[in-house]
Amino acid sequence: MLLKNRKPSENGGIGSRIFDFCNILFMLCLAFITLYPMYNIFIVSISSAEYIYAGAVSFIPKGINFDAYRMVFKNDSIWRSFGNSILYTTVGTAINVVCSAMCAYPLSRKDFYGRGFFTLFVAVTMFISGGMIPSYLVVNQLKLINTMWAIVLPGAISTYNMIIMRTFFQNLPVSLQESAYLDGANDITILFKVVLPLSMPIIATMTLFYAVGHWNSYFNAMIYLNSKSKFPLQVLLREIVVAGNMADESSDLTSNINIIAINFKYAVIVITVVPILVVYPFLQKHFTKGVMIGAIKG
Amino acid sequence: MSSRSSVKPNTQRPQGQPKSLPRPIREIIRCKYLYLIFLIPFIYYIVFQYWPMYGILISFQDYNVVKGISGSPWVGFKHFEKFLFDDYFWTLVRNTLLINIYNLLWGFPAPIILAILLNELRSERFKKVIQNISYLPHFISTVVVCGMLVNFLSSDGLVNQIVKFFGGESIQFLMYPQYFRTIYVASGIWQSVGWNSIIYLAALTGIDAEMFEAALIDGANRWHRIRYITLPSIAPTISIMLILNLGRLMNLGHEKILLLYNGSTYETADVISTYVYRRGLLGNDFSYATAVNLFQAVVGVILVSASNQISKKVGETSLW
Repeated sequence: MLLKNRKPSENGGIGSRIFDFCNILFMLCLAFITLYPMYNIFIVSISSAEYIYAGAVSFIPKGINFDAYRMVFKNDSIWRSFGNSILYTTVGTAINVVCSAMCAYPLSRKDFYGRGFFTLFVAVTMFISGGMIPSYLVVNQLKLINTMWAIVLPGAISTYNMIIMRTFFQNLPVSLQESAYLDGANDITILFKVVLPLSMPIIATMTLFYAVGHWNSYFNAMIYLNSKSKFPLQVLLREIVVAGNMADESSDLTSNINIIAINFKYAVIVITVVPILVVYPFLQKHFTKGVMIGAIKG
Repeated sequence: MSSRSSVKPNTQRPQGQPKSLPRPIREIIRCKYLYLIFLIPFIYYIVFQYWPMYGILISFQDYNVVKGISGSPWVGFKHFEKFLFDDYFWTLVRNTLLINIYNLLWGFPAPIILAILLNELRSERFKKVIQNISYLPHFISTVVVCGMLVNFLSSDGLVNQIVKFFGGESIQFLMYPQYFRTIYVASGIWQSVGWNSIIYLAALTGIDAEMFEAALIDGANRWHRIRYITLPSIAPTISIMLILNLGRLMNLGHEKILLLYNGSTYETADVISTYVYRRGLLGNDFSYATAVNLFQAVVGVILVSASNQISKKVGETSLW
């Protein structure tokens, strides 16, 4: 960044130096406050009951054991929910990306007859929507309650994301598409053979955005699903960690029930967050770009 | 697409094109594949966005699921009257507004300040590291954040351990209405300040470096530079974000509150959307809940338009 290279460090003397020092201190505190909660969750999940109860686990895990994780891995409903989350995320994201692209491409073409009308048609939904109850009633009438489709279809296109895609398509050089026409291709061929291969960056960004959204969502699953066997991880997590509902998890360990719950609870949180952390480096590469395209040009 | 619109009107027509077809039809035929591609998204919007909009009608009925919209009796504004005269409704409105105002007071400036401070960091690498750390909470799910909160705020949780360390009594924070807003807003800032700073940082990178140089030559110090160059340069971005936020003063999502509230904290925690959920989906009072929701949506539209108008008058930036 040009700006950085030119910032003189000699100018400003003491005042400026103090400011810089405080700034760095501030940033370090920020980093600490951001990371500590998750760090705490992790170390408690691998600590023993006595130490947790005594409040002794603050910065280092004490009495390290993996009992909580053993219990988590033995638990069938957790595995099932994890699998459900993976299923819903995969199917959902695929549908999201495909539908968003199919919506964005025609809207990006200046010679699309009715483009203004259809753009308005789509944009209106960002401001006006049926609301919680009518949406629920529609899903009900379509007989999708308690199926995967109730999770995956209602949010098939996020208009905001779709517009970012449209902006990207608009910025692709028109000449490539034109020469494809001259070679006799139709719009469908152009979309698949010319535009999409060039759009890998935006597709990667959208895939990540949508996937994280699916992985983290709980409300739709909660209201549309009735069978516990269909619950995704977040809904199960909610029962265990927020509603404090312990059901059948803590059966074999003998000490204080409450504390076993904490190890276990935190262990479940850890396994819910780990996939996000794993994907995070990839997210970084793509999302800032995506957000900037949307913010500045959209 | 010059090759596409090369047909000049009323002069040359390509072979085989019937001259009686009106222009719209010709255009549609030309775009037939684009329409084909757009078909599926179009169906999606009709089914999952516009059909529910039609369902808003039930707020004027005593909706019966079996009879459907066509068979249910019309009751006009009965539901609207019911909640407008209900004291509890106004408690909900107050809670919604207050939480949003708190959020605006604390949560709006925070990303701006962070962006400016990040921009003042000298080491590019340090800045990147801090940025990446700050974005992390945004990707953590609401359930996990609330799970952390519920456990940290419990009687032997992290926060109470700190309280006891300083000699205080442990408090079940989530059971007391007076703490709710603070907990909600503070955790919201924790989760979003990094992510929200992106848009301001983007605006900051657009500032011309020469302005800073000129200012230095004129003897401006750090504070002057921030006040007279940095801030005015991102003022348009700040205005737009402010308009967007003001327009949403009546809208407050239900997901996080549902996870954090309980019977003891309804008086500060219950907001319009959580009430709609309880009355509508749990209590099956579809029409009433939809009416409440509709009221909220209409007020929201009015607010967005109003704040847009005000912004047009005061400055030059606006949404439309």
